[in-house]
Amino acid sequence: MPRTGPAGVPTRITQGAQTAGGIGESTLRPDGILKVTGEFAYSSDLWHEDMLWGHLLRSTVAHAEIVSIDVSEALALPGVHAVLTYDDLPADVRTYGLEIQDTPVLAHGKVRHHGEPVAAVAADHPETARRAAAKIRVEYRELPVITDEFSATAPDAVLVHEGRTDHHAPYVSHPNILHRQPIVRGDAAAAAERADVIVRGEYTFGMQDQAFLGPESGLAVPEEDGGVHLYIATQWLHSDLRQIAPVLGLPEDKVRMTLAGVGGAFGGREDLSMQIHACLLALRTGRPVKIVYDRFESFFGHVHRHPAKLTYEHGATRDGLLTHVKCRIVLDGGAYASASPAVVGNAASLGIGPYDVDDVDIEAVALYTNNPPCGAMRGFGAVQACFAYEAQMDKLAGELGLDPVEFRQLNAMEQGSTLPTGQVVDSPAPVAELLRRVKAMPLPPERQWESSEGADVRQLPGGLSNTTHGEGVVRGIGYAVGIKNVGFSEGFDDYSTAKVRMEVVGGEPVAVVHTAMAEVGQGGVTVHAQIARTELGVEQVTIQPADTRVGSAGSTSASRQTYVTGGAVRNACALVRERVLEIGRRKFGTHHPAWATAELLLERGKVVTDGGEVLADLADVLEGESVEVEREWRHRPTQPFDRRTGQGNGHVQYSFAAHRAVVEVDTELGLVKVVELACAQDVGKALNPLSVLGQIQGGTVQGLGVAVMEEILVDPVTAKVRNPSFTDYLIPTILDTPTIPVDILELADHHAPYGLRGAGEAPTLSSTPAVLAAIRAATGLELNRTPVRPEHLTGTA
Amino acid sequence: MRVSLTVNGRPQQADDVWEGESLLYVLRERLGLPGAKNACEQGECGSCTVRLDGELVCSCLVAAGQAEGREVVTVEGLADHAERRRTAAPGVGLDEARDWRPVPGDGTRLAPVQQAFVDAGAVQCGFCTPGLLVAADDLLAQNPEPTDADIREALSGNLCRCTGYEKIMDAVRLAAARQAEEV
Repeated sequence: MPRTGPAGVPTRITQGAQTAGGIGESTLRPDGILKVTGEFAYSSDLWHEDMLWGHLLRSTVAHAEIVSIDVSEALALPGVHAVLTYDDLPADVRTYGLEIQDTPVLAHGKVRHHGEPVAAVAADHPETARRAAAKIRVEYRELPVITDEFSATAPDAVLVHEGRTDHHAPYVSHPNILHRQPIVRGDAAAAAERADVIVRGEYTFGMQDQAFLGPESGLAVPEEDGGVHLYIATQWLHSDLRQIAPVLGLPEDKVRMTLAGVGGAFGGREDLSMQIHACLLALRTGRPVKIVYDRFESFFGHVHRHPAKLTYEHGATRDGLLTHVKCRIVLDGGAYASASPAVVGNAASLGIGPYDVDDVDIEAVALYTNNPPCGAMRGFGAVQACFAYEAQMDKLAGELGLDPVEFRQLNAMEQGSTLPTGQVVDSPAPVAELLRRVKAMPLPPERQWESSEGADVRQLPGGLSNTTHGEGVVRGIGYAVGIKNVGFSEGFDDYSTAKVRMEVVGGEPVAVVHTAMAEVGQGGVTVHAQIARTELGVEQVTIQPADTRVGSAGSTSASRQTYVTGGAVRNACALVRERVLEIGRRKFGTHHPAWATAELLLERGKVVTDGGEVLADLADVLEGESVEVEREWRHRPTQPFDRRTGQGNGHVQYSFAAHRAVVEVDTELGLVKVVELACAQDVGKALNPLSVLGQIQGGTVQGLGVAVMEEILVDPVTAKVRNPSFTDYLIPTILDTPTIPVDILELADHHAPYGLRGAGEAPTLSSTPAVLAAIRAATGLELNRTPVRPEHLTGTA
Repeated sequence: MRVSLTVNGRPQQADDVWEGESLLYVLRERLGLPGAKNACEQGECGSCTVRLDGELVCSCLVAAGQAEGREVVTVEGLADHAERRRTAAPGVGLDEARDWRPVPGDGTRLAPVQQAFVDAGAVQCGFCTPGLLVAADDLLAQNPEPTDADIREALSGNLCRCTGYEKIMDAVRLAAARQAEEV
């Protein structure tokens, strides 16, 4: 039976039956029904008649010179249509990158990490493409591998990137240091003299993977004008476009991009993966080319969360006030820059957490190594720091004999506090309140597994493995709180664009919202419709597919989309409203004096006065006309951090969450069961409470994952990845996951649209240290690394 | 080779199937039914879960040839499947259940578990959803009043990276409650 597929057409996510719901309501997703019926077209579902399948050959070694590449056998394989290497790239631009263009599209002369793309193949069947790739002969001459700070900064270290010319290069002490951000405020050394108690700690944070379920994939369709149309799962269409077009040797207007269904992102789709390769193969063969990574390749195809080494010194007075913090955060950026410089800025500026400390000495660096490249992941630099500073806070509380929550509350920042960067927090910062709320939640009952019939092993550590019936199981409770910036910081021009049209369809006024926002599952499409309904008083809203025919929406990351693109939609709606009222005045202004004198609103499909008097139906006002505006919108500008002192108003907004973890540990086998993970978070304003809950619970579980199971293992000698599969890289299942009660606080940030506060990332921060604190409380062990493994709990590591 | 099978009640044939292709590949790429998802393709994530002659399987682990002559129900056929189960006389025997044929519907009707996933906010990116729905529907068919521990056990083979599973728990509880009200 011939396949009649979607032929590259994106799934329409115009609304179905759901026509109600303004902001503040738990409106259901417009794409929900398509997603539960299997009709929603994800990027890996796309299909085109005559399409070919692309596949990449990846390096089998971490660091080597490429002596030769022989593609003749691969090209000779029946069904193979093209094999491309570096030499086949059509333009002078052959590298890309988010900030620093240091990443080769295909390896040039050298490979710098295990799994780096070396060649690309197009064939008529995915298996043919894989077999052809396997027939490409690459001769490597291996080079010494840089795997950690010691090997990276040795005086005679091999350079990961020779002849660096990027803008960070002049400011670092070694070319294998990608970026360094110190933050110095007050006099930490002098303040240390005032401390009654000083605690120090060294912490290790493992390499986490975003592990979104929808693999990297897309379909590139060559167009008659010599351009290409790429249907792609990404977080930022225009950022991709900016990086793709120069490598193809095409002007940006010949590269059309349409968002295909995205199966999760979490930062892992900020960088390019197969975008350029698919386009190159399509342009070379003149046929549509689809590339779908398998899970193994996905682990090589995107950047990971930076593993980190963190060294902290905290001091406090006997009465429980922090005197100073000194810390050093070393992030392993891997072979290419990706988002590492910005991650460094975050780790440094948020490095002491949501606490008031006048005297700080902070340093964060990112290294170039031959480990897998690391970049954006939910929480973005703030996660690693939170793991360490929260452990330190517990340690200090312990030394002082204070309750860990009360100790945090004593030092909690609040509105008006000054960050280490000198920036004053000018919106609510309810850190103490969130801790109070999370502590006040009722605790789950003890020994829940016990019943009259015995133990329900499913609720015990080890679960269905039936490893214990409760003997040797101890409970612990732990707390943590964190601070995350919202939006892009350090002076980035963080704008978004929205096009809104209002017209009459079938006698009803309809709003059409068109943005380039990547819907990656977070629910932006729901919220945009809610905003349009609220601002324009219509029921019917159509959300256009995201593409590059409209201006950039910026990235779906940094908890920024509802703030920035939501703000753009709101402002575009306001302009539409003004134009609609102008039309109304022109058509009906003579009928009623209120058209000229009153404050007019659009509500329930009508123009009404602020006193509630109906002046006209929107359908009558707009009959025969439509109003469309496209508008960019920016939040308040930020500033770069000073390179020496780190001072500067670098962030636009902050997001806060607190967690309480309850765990049970089988101390004999070292197995952990997280019994409950309660969260309290301030979201400013919950535009869609159901979606906000989903973000908080999802983020919480990603933090749980890194606490007890998730880690990409890189061989310290060869820098090869050991566990690129869901068999060996474990993410929490529903059995590993506890109930997650959530207390949502809504303290408006008056600088933000509707007072909202970006919500997606903060819960990922504090969940990890809360679980660690609970395991420490249960076992009495120090536990300075994450994830915690059984051998750390049984003393056999 | 040619593979003939019944999918969601309709006889289907796929030609030129390479011996190494999975049932998942045949469904998605040859039959145009991309509902079963390709998240790990090694039987770890459950995104490609379908029924094969009434049994839950990861379709990525089933060789296409193994599906010859057999019956497959995917998420695309779940609504019909659930409707048939709902209207069937109580106490359907195993043989009779295996003889069941879904009736192709208009595509707009939802199985109770599908509606519950939408209503409870259990869908975010939605990539895991088809597999979870097939597994959850199977759970509710076998155990109409599952405890939370039952739900977690039944769905432990289906990974979700977005929701934190809480809304999925809510959805299955909601579907079970609605199912109980109907009886």
